[in-house]
Amino acid sequence: METADLIFRIVLIVIVFAISLVVAMYSTYAERKVAAFFQDRIGPNRAGPWGILQPLADGGKMFLKEEIIPTNATGFLFIVGPSLAILTACIGSAVIPWGKAISIGSHTFDLQVTDINVGVLYIFGVVSLGVYGVMIGGWASNNKYSLLGAIRAASQNISYEISMGLSIIALLMLTGTLSLKEIAEQQHSWHWNIIRQPLGFILFIVCAFAETNRTPFDLPECETELVGGYHTEYSSMKLGFYLFAEYINMFISSAVMATLYWGGYNYPFMDDVAASLGANPAAIIGVVVLFAKIFLFIFFFMWVRWTIPRFRYDQLMDLGWKILIPLAIANIVLTGIGSTLLTHLGY
Amino acid sequence: MESLSNKKKVLEVKPLNFLERAYLPAIAGGLATTMKHFFKKPVTISYPEEKREYSENFRGMHSLKRDENGKERCTACGLCALSCPAEAITMTAAERQPGEEHLYREEKYAAVYEINMLRCIFCGLCEEACPKEAIYLDGDHVPADYLRKDFIYGKDKLVEAPLNQ
Repeated sequence: METADLIFRIVLIVIVFAISLVVAMYSTYAERKVAAFFQDRIGPNRAGPWGILQPLADGGKMFLKEEIIPTNATGFLFIVGPSLAILTACIGSAVIPWGKAISIGSHTFDLQVTDINVGVLYIFGVVSLGVYGVMIGGWASNNKYSLLGAIRAASQNISYEISMGLSIIALLMLTGTLSLKEIAEQQHSWHWNIIRQPLGFILFIVCAFAETNRTPFDLPECETELVGGYHTEYSSMKLGFYLFAEYINMFISSAVMATLYWGGYNYPFMDDVAASLGANPAAIIGVVVLFAKIFLFIFFFMWVRWTIPRFRYDQLMDLGWKILIPLAIANIVLTGIGSTLLTHLGY
Repeated sequence: MESLSNKKKVLEVKPLNFLERAYLPAIAGGLATTMKHFFKKPVTISYPEEKREYSENFRGMHSLKRDENGKERCTACGLCALSCPAEAITMTAAERQPGEEHLYREEKYAAVYEINMLRCIFCGLCEEACPKEAIYLDGDHVPADYLRKDFIYGKDKLVEAPLNQ
């Protein structure tokens, strides 16, 4: 690897890390504002103009709070829990292609930290590791509510990962690759995968809600039944990490959905734009477009949160095992038949 | 049996059809409803900066009135204390001394006039009972405080500010 490339990679890692943290930070603010607008309220407006310093104030509060580790908690694991949660949330962004390659001088730089050929599998691996943070934290708290919340999180994630994986398989049958960069390249201009995989996308987004523990699948932190769920015993920045990890997960899964189904950094008429403005500005517009898609998805996450009430636990399991998995398998079969027929007809 | 009111409605439980079982149309409807609220004007009043207007006949803190010459109207007749259903009002009467004519309108006045704001129910019967138009519940809210004794308001808090001529 060349030196210039290496330096660029390191800079990109720092930038992606910073962006995902800032987006997560302002997602907390956006969530409160959006919630307020949906409920005909104003929302936080005291810290700075329109309350835009609210996340900083919240973060400062989290840092300065007293650190409490319950006497009966398993000390080491109690700290490992939130650390693992935030770690797995952050490393998911490594394989996301943020834009087309940018050329500076004679070098071309990929706007992707690493283009591994099993990108989709990597995302799945990281997402499934995320449940360990919750599980360890809930178990180490030595509290019944925490443990119940952790068990719920674990079984929910395992159940929904199956249908998530099955819904992706139908997509992979069409793309023929696991590399996120190639998948993004294939969706050039307006040839987005959502056109070919509408059912698969619906299944995927439902599973994404479950994987990120967002309403209507937020049973692991169901306040009415479990006090606070797996983070009942947590305080100060360790609690902050858990809450933060949820928002980073939301950001990453929005990015994955945008890349897999909604064309990633592709936008209609991108060739015309590239021809008239040059390749680099077109690539930067692509990055902006990708972020616009991501923010729309984050908004959708919040929109759904303030619309739909929480599932009951048996309903959650029914939905996962009896509805989503059969649908996902049907989707695979339909995709297979459809693509075979289209190939035979000569498309 | 026939119902007496004729309003009885027999509900039949219909099994959900496919679209209803798929939930998605219902979810889309819910999303549309919340989106309608997203663009509605917030109903919040940013309290310290803007205050909601009180109604015309709002009954707040009491004030003991002065007449057009700035003399206290109250003659300590005790009708307000008598009418008070919460027994919040107590007073001690005193006789006006020569030279105090500019302070009190009549020969008798209230030397001590106390209202216990924790007992008061702001019913307004005292202002109805007053024959001298001396007490009105035309003030603001009674503010919060730390000690019970501080809620017993004396003349220092109740009497209107003197007219400045």
